[in-house]
Amino acid sequence: MDEGQENQAIITKKKPSTHQDISDELDLKIKKYLRGEAASFEDLKDRKLKRQLSVREELYGNAAKAAAKAEKWLMPNEGGYLEAEGIEKTWRIKQEAIAKEVGLVNLRNLYDIVLPDLGPYTLDFTSSGRYMAVGGRKGHLGIVDMINLSLIKELQVGETVRDVVFLHNELFFAAAQKKFVYMYNREGTEIHCLREHGAALKLQFLKNHFLLASVNKFGQLHYQDITMGDMVGNFRTGLGRTNVMEVNPFNAVVGLGHAGGTVTMWKPTSSAPLVKMLCHHGPVSALAFHSNGHLMATAGKDKRIKLWDLRKFEPLQTITGHANTLDFSQKGLLACGSGSFVRVMNDVSGTQNYSNYMNHSMAKGYQIGRLAFRPYEDVLAIGHSMGWSSILIPGAGEPNFDTWVANPFETSKQRREKEVRSLLDKLPAETIMLDPSKIGTVKSTRREKVTKQERETEIEAAVEAAKSTKLKNKTKGRNKPGKKMQKKQDAIARVKRPYLEEKINEEQNISQKKQKTSENVELPKSLQRFARKKSS
Amino acid sequence: MKVKVISRSVDDFTRERSQDLQRVFRNYDPSLRTQEKAVEYVRALNAVKLDKIFARPFIGAMDGHIDGVSCMAKNPTQLKWIFSGAMDGDIRLWDIASRRTVCQFPGHQGAIRGLTVSTDGRMLVSCGTDCTVRLWNASADNLMELSNSTKNSVEPASVHVGKNAYLAVDHQWDSELFATAGAQVDIWNHNRSEPINSFQWGSDSVISVRFNPGEPNLLATSANDRSIMLYDLRMVSPVRKMIMMTKTNSIAWNPMEPINFTAANEDGNCYSYDARKLDEAKCVHRDHVSAVMDIDYSPTGREFVTGSYDRTVRLFYYNSGHSREIYHTKRMQRVFCVKFSGDGSYVISGSDDTNLRLWKAKASEQLGVVLPRERKKHEYHAAIKKRYMHLPEVKRIERHRHLPKPIYKAAALMRAMSDAKKRKEERRKAHSAPGSVTTQPLRRRRIIKEVE
Repeated sequence: MDEGQENQAIITKKKPSTHQDISDELDLKIKKYLRGEAASFEDLKDRKLKRQLSVREELYGNAAKAAAKAEKWLMPNEGGYLEAEGIEKTWRIKQEAIAKEVGLVNLRNLYDIVLPDLGPYTLDFTSSGRYMAVGGRKGHLGIVDMINLSLIKELQVGETVRDVVFLHNELFFAAAQKKFVYMYNREGTEIHCLREHGAALKLQFLKNHFLLASVNKFGQLHYQDITMGDMVGNFRTGLGRTNVMEVNPFNAVVGLGHAGGTVTMWKPTSSAPLVKMLCHHGPVSALAFHSNGHLMATAGKDKRIKLWDLRKFEPLQTITGHANTLDFSQKGLLACGSGSFVRVMNDVSGTQNYSNYMNHSMAKGYQIGRLAFRPYEDVLAIGHSMGWSSILIPGAGEPNFDTWVANPFETSKQRREKEVRSLLDKLPAETIMLDPSKIGTVKSTRREKVTKQERETEIEAAVEAAKSTKLKNKTKGRNKPGKKMQKKQDAIARVKRPYLEEKINEEQNISQKKQKTSENVELPKSLQRFARKKSS
Repeated sequence: MKVKVISRSVDDFTRERSQDLQRVFRNYDPSLRTQEKAVEYVRALNAVKLDKIFARPFIGAMDGHIDGVSCMAKNPTQLKWIFSGAMDGDIRLWDIASRRTVCQFPGHQGAIRGLTVSTDGRMLVSCGTDCTVRLWNASADNLMELSNSTKNSVEPASVHVGKNAYLAVDHQWDSELFATAGAQVDIWNHNRSEPINSFQWGSDSVISVRFNPGEPNLLATSANDRSIMLYDLRMVSPVRKMIMMTKTNSIAWNPMEPINFTAANEDGNCYSYDARKLDEAKCVHRDHVSAVMDIDYSPTGREFVTGSYDRTVRLFYYNSGHSREIYHTKRMQRVFCVKFSGDGSYVISGSDDTNLRLWKAKASEQLGVVLPRERKKHEYHAAIKKRYMHLPEVKRIERHRHLPKPIYKAAALMRAMSDAKKRKEERRKAHSAPGSVTTQPLRRRRIIKEVE
């Protein structure tokens, strides 16, 4: 009887109290799936188009509702959580306490691997979170299967390894070694030696574009397309040696943190950075991007950790503390590691106000090199000077994966299919931009005044296009170089002409306006005889 | 303290036996997928390129006539057959799937100008320049018997002789009446040997006639004096007449919106009209460079096919000003008649080079049984192409068609001429008092007047 009553109590607690709550919850979810505001058709004069577009908008609404309902009812797993009771605080809860409450399956993810001889370890996960690549400074490379906890392959390369990164799947990984960057197979065979990168300090892989980005000892940034091997871009940053490099997963822009406290953002098609922001008073020691693309965390040697809003480029929050390494989890938890201490911070209910969530301190001599959240799991992997460890952080990972995006339980057939499909969907390097939703939009017709700079960039772009058009290769003596040059110059002049005409028109308008205004000006009586009289 | 950590057991996420299907789990959260729009754009580009790779519209030619094919007729009750008439009087019934002649209908002495089948599929009516109208028994069982027996030709059920050559024939929907066009429009009954009614307006010969599928008593005709006339069988005199600048070779009613019809004109354009309002065209379909000889609507009413004197067959959407597709072959000469197949997936063209050609209506369509996954993929491709159609790269690839050189040059010449005219008009407007020079839209420009 009592148990029944207890069960009743639990059941009633779980149900939201009113119908209104359910619909509010659904509304929030629907907003997420709508991906922005609906277009307004007020200014459209074409009735046929208006009708067609409003039908489409209705379809989008229905799709968003269906997706919200599927999320509410059809997901197999629920996310993890850690709630403190009474006066307990979550950041005082230790891993041992969590280990007591949690099942055997999860205890497999709580371990320390001690390898003291081979130097500080860096780690990288594949996008599904199943495989982890480890690289020890003294030349130890390895791939570990995290679900079976088995070592797939390990090799000793015999020279300094500064960074390891997986390429598009677990079959290939790249290691930044003493002089060059090397690409290895899952079997451990060295496939390529990428000499142009030089002595790279940090590597990052841009998944959708199949680009391997590296920053080397001299502060040069290289982008290489690993499908065909062409070097898409290589730039001198001009800001010195740095080993702080991260990729923004939202728009595939590479962020570098420099010794002067500036953070620069780069794309492979321009030799000047997209953004240059002064973040810290001292050198930037770590950088991390949130997966929604709006939030960036930077840590500097001035003992500050700052959270930035990337839409307005303004700091949202400043936290005092050191951090040698930062990482965001899929659910937005921020892990900061410095010395032998890991601090995990959480934003309470999505307000972007980060506060302490969990702490973990390792044994005194362990210097933390790299923190990495494991995708789709509530696990944080720590690479340190004595090996690597793994701790449980409830609520860090996304509980439900999508088979077509990243599948931790992938078979080899599925992996091969996925590789082919992702190659077909490979994005060209030109699509990397700060705002990825600009693709597919139409440039609005110029109604307002265009600033001088915009007009100049337009003219430049048009001239570039005119210069790059190929001329026909004529034969029989008609292909004189003088004539070719003349043709090119004619093309450039033709492209520039409308802008010049516009300029002349504008100047005419301005002079006309000036005349008109000058006529309206009231002259003092003594000078009225000199005013231009209107012909009657 | 309350703790829960994500725990997945391998059994829940992998299949039990190798005969099972692999398990698929979905999470539609947009934050899991970055750069969706760029990926969609790349897929749209690939889809449009794949379309071009798989675009093989020509299926085959039906060979057998020894003179140019002048007209064709569909049996409304049979998808697999088509009748064709040639300039030497030879009428043949073709089986479209095997592209062979099923049987022949000999008898006409001169060119056959019109072929039509009654709505129940029993009677074939043909008329020609030998001043005769012949009725043949075209019911399916009769012809199947014939094809099984050794004899391959049919005797006409009846022959009616008239005074002048007949230029077109069409059957009324769901009845026993049919109309012939020649010196005047005659209405006949199957069982009578003389026309039961006659219409005439003006002294020029009538070159085409079409009954309205929705309103069976209404018919549209076009005459040599560049006019389009609408008649009602229940009235004594014709209903409406509209005179254009050039003559109309053929008319087709929209089967889904029977109030509208499209007229194939001698100046290379097709004009769609609302039958209630003939002073302005609803839409002008321009792309042919020479006279449009024949036009036929798809059973969906959403697109139509035109065959032109410039050796091409074009497909238009019912409301768009330009063609969506052009079919041409070196061997295909002047196209005199086109028909859409009964299921809307094929187009048959009859041309001067004595062949009937079978084309796909959608050039890159996969024929035959399409698996559900394939169909989903095709639908997805169609949707993303539609979404990114306006972007320059995608549009350029989609629009690109190879044109035969004479047509390319002719089109460029016409474009240059019309641009010059437009520029001159604009300059005249700019240099004269505002409102004194008015240009009529093209929809009205080609119509001279409408007469009650």
